[in-house]
Amino acid sequence: MNTDSRIRQISGKAMPVRGNDIDTDRIVPARYLKEVTFDQMGEYPFIDERFDPEGRPKPHPFNEAKYRDASILLVNANFGCGSSREHAPQALYRWGIRAIVGESFAPIFSGNSLAIGLPVITASADDIQRLMGIVEEDPSVRLDVDLEQSRLTVEGQTVPIILPETARQALTEGYWDSTAVLAANMAKVRQVAQRLPYLNGFQT
Amino acid sequence: MSERTLYDKVWDAHTVDILPSGQTQLFMGVHLIHEVTSPQAFAMMREQGLKVAFPERTFATVDHIVPTDVRTRPFLDDQAEEMIQVLENATQDYGIEYFGLESERQGIVHIIGPQLGLTQPGMTLACGDSHTSTHAAFGTLAFGIGTTQIKDVLATQCLALDKLKVRRINVNGSLADGIYAKDVILNIIRRLGVGGGKGYVYEYGGSVLDAMTMDERMTVCNMSIEGGAWVGYANPDKTTVEYLRGRAFVPQGAAFDRAASYWHSVASDSDAVYDDRFELAASEIEPTVTWGINPGQAVGISQRLPQPDEVADPEGARRAYQHTGFEPGTPAADIPIDVAFVGSCTNSRLSDLRAAAQVARGRHVHPHVRAIVVPGSFEVKRQAEEEGLDRVFREAGFDWREAGCSMCLAMNPDKLEGREISASSSNRNFIGRQGSPTGRTILMSPAMVAAAAVSGHLPDVREFL
Repeated sequence: MNTDSRIRQISGKAMPVRGNDIDTDRIVPARYLKEVTFDQMGEYPFIDERFDPEGRPKPHPFNEAKYRDASILLVNANFGCGSSREHAPQALYRWGIRAIVGESFAPIFSGNSLAIGLPVITASADDIQRLMGIVEEDPSVRLDVDLEQSRLTVEGQTVPIILPETARQALTEGYWDSTAVLAANMAKVRQVAQRLPYLNGFQT
Repeated sequence: MSERTLYDKVWDAHTVDILPSGQTQLFMGVHLIHEVTSPQAFAMMREQGLKVAFPERTFATVDHIVPTDVRTRPFLDDQAEEMIQVLENATQDYGIEYFGLESERQGIVHIIGPQLGLTQPGMTLACGDSHTSTHAAFGTLAFGIGTTQIKDVLATQCLALDKLKVRRINVNGSLADGIYAKDVILNIIRRLGVGGGKGYVYEYGGSVLDAMTMDERMTVCNMSIEGGAWVGYANPDKTTVEYLRGRAFVPQGAAFDRAASYWHSVASDSDAVYDDRFELAASEIEPTVTWGINPGQAVGISQRLPQPDEVADPEGARRAYQHTGFEPGTPAADIPIDVAFVGSCTNSRLSDLRAAAQVARGRHVHPHVRAIVVPGSFEVKRQAEEEGLDRVFREAGFDWREAGCSMCLAMNPDKLEGREISASSSNRNFIGRQGSPTGRTILMSPAMVAAAAVSGHLPDVREFL
């Protein structure tokens, strides 16, 4: 366990980005995947939706000053579908997002987010609708996400949230940085490799 | 033991341990890497002082950024040149086999894995690309992963994963002429939804899958992620075993027979228990095209584009029409096209090029259309040229290119311009996917793309056969 990497509570302002099936090409277009580091990714979330081809800003939550210091992203269903590019959660994280709360998430996006310690949290469609409404009405409102108690609190109201128990454990106990956890088992890894038919000439 | 699916069997055989989080530590039999998603992982390895645990189980190629016309080094695009150099250096430093531009084994990572026999039934496989499920056509558990997970596989040959449920998808009957594997998967996605696979692995079967070649099964499995399923596999059978016989990384002689019996043994038991089932009749499938901004927004070619209120997500449909500018109610066949692209890990194998060439033969690309054919690998290109397919395409007015991902995601110079509409055999019609933020992509089978190139609008390929 790494006490420094435990993620148990996320508190802050929120930003709604509406729409189902928002794919990772929309979050970070492929041309930015040519950078060999993630360092600049924080500049790119939704860049083609925020600016027209001539570079003029378009209406988008990520362009609005009132959401600039939001740390919780509110989304609808199947967020992060499509390409496996980790650039997408990296871009959101480097922008300042520390938790995403939505109706549902695409599997690879969920895995990539967990791997960088960015919780993706599910709530009911009705609750998401309500949360988006609250935040759009008053962007200064603070949300408190409690991963240990699996609940979100806003303006004194409590909203139940769900994340897979394994992800909840990994985040709250500090196991989400998986390389070290996996590497602790290398002796067992080699045993498994030895008994796999395709690694031993199909002798077993 | 009976009642087990292939997923259960292969998962159990590769389980190393249950981690403190409750996730499973799963060993990865093969790791494939390319130039786009691995450079950052190698940087993390260096920063953290990590070694590659099983360098002999990782294989590298270059596909996403390679130009398909002039491939002289250094590339004109400095960023692309830097990416390929980072991969070249890393593979050299860590002792990883690399199929570079000069190699006859170069190609799209999901084309060369099966072609070389690196992909085998009963294996686990990981690759930093969402279309990794292509390999699952062999009864391989194949996971598309991100960059931090690539670091996990490099450092430990393992991933931390949750076990999913299994949905059996039967496609029954037989496919009529002009109906291809692409139409099958587009119809599965349309019916189950682009997020419908959440929480599931798909097992494809039924008489249509049983009758398919490996190339066709790969097309179906390739697009599993477009239906929200991380992995979608087919059970290995005689077709699978015969495909693999004699390939470079497949054992020969007595070892091949032992391998084949292992491969057969991992197939789902006849009494395997599934968490869900879905049935699709082949007779309900016609040549299919997309009209929106995700692969589930599709119609048969004889249909009209739906009204937003006629589909499951009306708001999503309105957003799609706002981007495409298409009018609801328009007959699909009336939509004009500007660009035709045959290629991508979904549809750039030899059989795909043959199907497109069959349509192109003796015809000519419409004067308003630019059309390109990008083979999936060096080897596919060589075989196609041996059969004279390059000549068929060139005489019809198509450009014949070198192997790579090309206009599927437009990280190389092959791009849409402005509002162009592309008829594409690739896998994603997302906004901006083919390189122009305002461009439009219509997905279809390679034969349909060839017919669209010739007619200048969306065709019914059955009229060309």
